[in-house]
Amino acid sequence: MEQHSHIALPKGSIEKTTTTLNIGPTHPATHGVFQNIMEVDGERVVSTEQTVGYIHRAFEKLAERRPLYQITPITDRLNYCSSPINNMGWHITCERFLKVELPKRVDYLRVIIMELARISDHLICNSIVGVDTGAYTGFLYVMQYRELIYEIYEEVCGSRLTTNIGRIGGFERNFTNTAFTKLEKFLNEYPKVLREFENLFARNRIFMERTQGTGGISAQRAMNYGFTGPNLRAAGVDYDVRVQQPYSSYQDFDFKVPVGTTGDNYDRFLVRNAEMYESISIIKQAYQKVQSFKGAEAEVYHADVPAYYLPKKEDVYTKMEALIWHFKIIMGEIDLPKGQIYSAVEGGNGELGFYLVSDGGRTPFRLHFRRPCFIYYQAFEELIKGGMLSDAVVTMSSLNLIAGELDA
Amino acid sequence: MALTNEYIQEKLVEKFNDQVFQFSTDSGILSFESSAEMNLKLLQFLYDEPSLGFTFLTDLCGVNYPDHSGAELVVVYHLHNFIENIRLRYSVSVPVAKPDVFTATKLFESANWMERETYDFFGINFIGHPNLKRILNVDEMDYFPLRKEFPLEDQTRIDKDDEMFGRG
Repeated sequence: MEQHSHIALPKGSIEKTTTTLNIGPTHPATHGVFQNIMEVDGERVVSTEQTVGYIHRAFEKLAERRPLYQITPITDRLNYCSSPINNMGWHITCERFLKVELPKRVDYLRVIIMELARISDHLICNSIVGVDTGAYTGFLYVMQYRELIYEIYEEVCGSRLTTNIGRIGGFERNFTNTAFTKLEKFLNEYPKVLREFENLFARNRIFMERTQGTGGISAQRAMNYGFTGPNLRAAGVDYDVRVQQPYSSYQDFDFKVPVGTTGDNYDRFLVRNAEMYESISIIKQAYQKVQSFKGAEAEVYHADVPAYYLPKKEDVYTKMEALIWHFKIIMGEIDLPKGQIYSAVEGGNGELGFYLVSDGGRTPFRLHFRRPCFIYYQAFEELIKGGMLSDAVVTMSSLNLIAGELDA
Repeated sequence: MALTNEYIQEKLVEKFNDQVFQFSTDSGILSFESSAEMNLKLLQFLYDEPSLGFTFLTDLCGVNYPDHSGAELVVVYHLHNFIENIRLRYSVSVPVAKPDVFTATKLFESANWMERETYDFFGINFIGHPNLKRILNVDEMDYFPLRKEFPLEDQTRIDKDDEMFGRG
């Protein structure tokens, strides 16, 4: 029989003793669009090469022709598990750059939304670690509460996943009573659910054996690899942007920064869980502070900056000045000052930074996003080398990799 | 003693004299420049000098200034000292005709992909990089899209008849 010479195998692929395995671009284990080309010897990982860029959308280029408000919806699509943090991180960058002072109530309202977003980000990541170790229940259970968080977003800004929430200087509208009622419901019910979720995993023997000692990294290596957020804290470095460089009045709150020791999957899980409790406590404090405003102060939901804050729609229809500002803002006719700024917030998975360079035009001259998971995903090979393939899958999900953020 | 911007500047000038320049402070961050050949020496000094201790590379990215003749491409490093909690911005510029910068991967593992990204979008050649290839764009791409010579599509153009995109 004639030889099948048309199958072009790579050179040496018959002789070699390891197997090449593609995980991704679309694979249940990647939870997003990115690829891992792994070399495995039996079930042991010999080496891996991570490929990213499958959903690259050229955000940095797009941002070079957009006025500030048109960049907000772009930031939604970075870490889409916690878009409000991205939106507010961007607005905070603009406010710092434009030297806009915010009323305290706005800061506290933002803190409520950002901490809700952090909870929704962490609960997805932790429950996905559960799914990848074979426990689906927790994932479906906490999903109800992510839904409740999304309903609160919906009350505040009208959308759920890609939120485009807020404005430069505050929020587009005041929080409704329904939003506060839903927030109270969340604060009442979620701690119990989180406790139950924790009971499912934290001392579960199967879960512990799957996650302890896998995907670990030392504090020094983690810093060298540019880890930030829960992944760095799990390795034992207590770096948190909320504490080190407070924004949005985080200095007014009393909370702990949980840290781990080994930086392995189990510690990452515990740190995220502990952070969710801290977030609940921050939200409670912020809600109390918000309620303590009385009279006219209780109606404040934005700073008084007509040059950057969109006027109310009914004013646009009836008042000349509001119409002018509306036009100027929408058409991007307000030139930015010259200069540059780097401003960071604590995102769901690490330090989310915005580096803005302005040459005095209507749009940024250059905008660079420091995307935490793009930077720490490099360490993946070091984390999993020599381990089992199934541990690599757990490590991948416990790193909280979000494809939208990897690719920008 | 808390580390201050003035102290950093003093220390750098003491060590490198006039090879570091353009000191300025915007929004609390000290920024300065040096020539491109000096970048590794400077990063190493900032890393090793015990009283400075900039051991964390927060961010590395490129910027293109087409009007700065002979220094069109700029590489910007954002460094962070966690213990003193102070940030620093350092940049080097290179001509677009010969965009060679030494890689920082020996000092910071995190620089690996950030340099690949900067190469991908600006075509800056990081000398000594272990794996300098495109990362977000396709390998076949033959231009560097974030350079200013590639404008975005003109939004007011009318020659397109494309009903699918609402321009019909």
